[in-house]
Amino acid sequence: MLELQALSKHFGGVHAVDDLSLTVNRGEIFGLIGPNGSGKSTTVNLICGVFPVTAGTISFEGHDITSAQPHRAVAAGLARTFQNIRLFSHLTVWQNLWVAQGRTDGHESSRFVKRWLAGDSTARRSVSDLIAFAGLSDRGDEYAGNLAFGEQRRLELARALATGPKLLLLDEPAAGMNLEEVRELDERLRQLVERGITILLVEHVMELVMGVTDRIAVLNFGRKIAEGTPAEIQNDEAAQEAYLGSSNKA
Amino acid sequence: MDFYYGLLQIIGMHTILGLSAYIVLLTGQVTLAQAGFFAIGAYIAGMLTVLAGWHLVPSMLVAAVVSGTVACLVGFPALRIKGLMLVVATMAFGEAVRLFWFNFDYQRSKGEALVGPLGGEGFKQIRYFPENGWTTGEVATFVWIWVALIMAALWWIDRSRAGAVLRAVGEDELAAQSVGINLTAVKVTAFAVGGFIAGIGGAIYAHYTTHIEHSNFGVILATFAIAYPILGGLTNVVGTLLAVIFIQGFLVEGLRFLGDWRNLLFGALIVLAMNVRPRGLIDERAMLFLRRMFGLAKRGTNA
Repeated sequence: MLELQALSKHFGGVHAVDDLSLTVNRGEIFGLIGPNGSGKSTTVNLICGVFPVTAGTISFEGHDITSAQPHRAVAAGLARTFQNIRLFSHLTVWQNLWVAQGRTDGHESSRFVKRWLAGDSTARRSVSDLIAFAGLSDRGDEYAGNLAFGEQRRLELARALATGPKLLLLDEPAAGMNLEEVRELDERLRQLVERGITILLVEHVMELVMGVTDRIAVLNFGRKIAEGTPAEIQNDEAAQEAYLGSSNKA
Repeated sequence: MDFYYGLLQIIGMHTILGLSAYIVLLTGQVTLAQAGFFAIGAYIAGMLTVLAGWHLVPSMLVAAVVSGTVACLVGFPALRIKGLMLVVATMAFGEAVRLFWFNFDYQRSKGEALVGPLGGEGFKQIRYFPENGWTTGEVATFVWIWVALIMAALWWIDRSRAGAVLRAVGEDELAAQSVGINLTAVKVTAFAVGGFIAGIGGAIYAHYTTHIEHSNFGVILATFAIAYPILGGLTNVVGTLLAVIFIQGFLVEGLRFLGDWRNLLFGALIVLAMNVRPRGLIDERAMLFLRRMFGLAKRGTNA
């Protein structure tokens, strides 16, 4: 579904991502792990078109989306969350989701103006569904900036879903969460896969990654050093050394 | 009575000017170009009524379309510039427009006199209102019909999804792009709509004062244009109106008895107001308070 081929991104002399190739298959949760600064977030930003790539190609469902602008990537069916939550904090929960519903399916184009200005009843219903999914049912009119940290994370996930994605890129969605919240997130991600959404998960929290993913790639210094199932990665020496080893000691 | 009609007209025109900056400010772009668009509207509409002999309303609309189009063209380069650099760039544009009119001559004879813009001497005798026998009361009403139309349109945009999109861009451009918003389209549209509104304001202004010159449209006017919505708060359009009433009605007219000291107090009061209400006179909390007071349901409960 998503295919990165020999992807590189250099910032001056720094090779943030170096000759990275990987394939995410439809319907799976693919984990991307690695120590700090190993290029995980840069990879997400490249896929989403935040910065242009130095070399290599990105294709999504057979279409080349290399260096496409972020809103084009969304139109193609990619949605993301950010490592540091980026909500519209002076908009309400409801508006945060409403804004994200810009993608119109072809057959609805005649109602474009209505959708754009008012949001039709389908749009309204789907916003309500998303609010419920995020567990924010009674907080639709709250300003996003007033939400608690965990609620903000859930809202950001719901906002990504509001764009109607086929592939979700989650950049450390469990950062700062307690164990209970991680378990909830795990549950939520499984629900999304059941709905037919594919997930690329960038994460540090091993409880989540090892439990929920189907396959994992390990990055170090912008290069892929291992790829396989969670069990394989746990027994992989290079991965152990680069990442798991150090985090186990800590 | 004429004094109050005059004041009403001034407040109305400045409100339109402030609203033209309001929609651009919503997208997080601080613009000092609004005086330029105001000038384009003023000169174009003036030329259409005086030289071409058009009715005022179509002249205004054509003038607004011209300044909206120019604003659209300014919007594209402005996309690549942010923050302080955008302020400088838009200010430079505003000055360029002013200097254009400073150098622009196009006079025709009308009866015995020559009329039309004459460079540094300005554009005199835009006498549409007196020639057609409008009273100051009628002119004031005319101005306020436009104010009401523009405020209603912006209020409606604000409450629609488009308003939320504009604000989303203003808050976080990267996040806005990441939910599928086309930044280019949103920012350029905001500029174009702002330019259109400023054009209407300028067109009214030219006919109100009957004599315009380049120096009317300098940086001071551009600063006022953004001061109104910023002081009033970007929560809704009413804030801009209140800020204009506060500045033009109270600070400029009400404190006239202070003579030249007025200007000092003027600046101090704006600084004070911004410190007391950093998000503007009408901020989110004020709206919440008003809603509770009038028992109105909060928007979005239809969710």
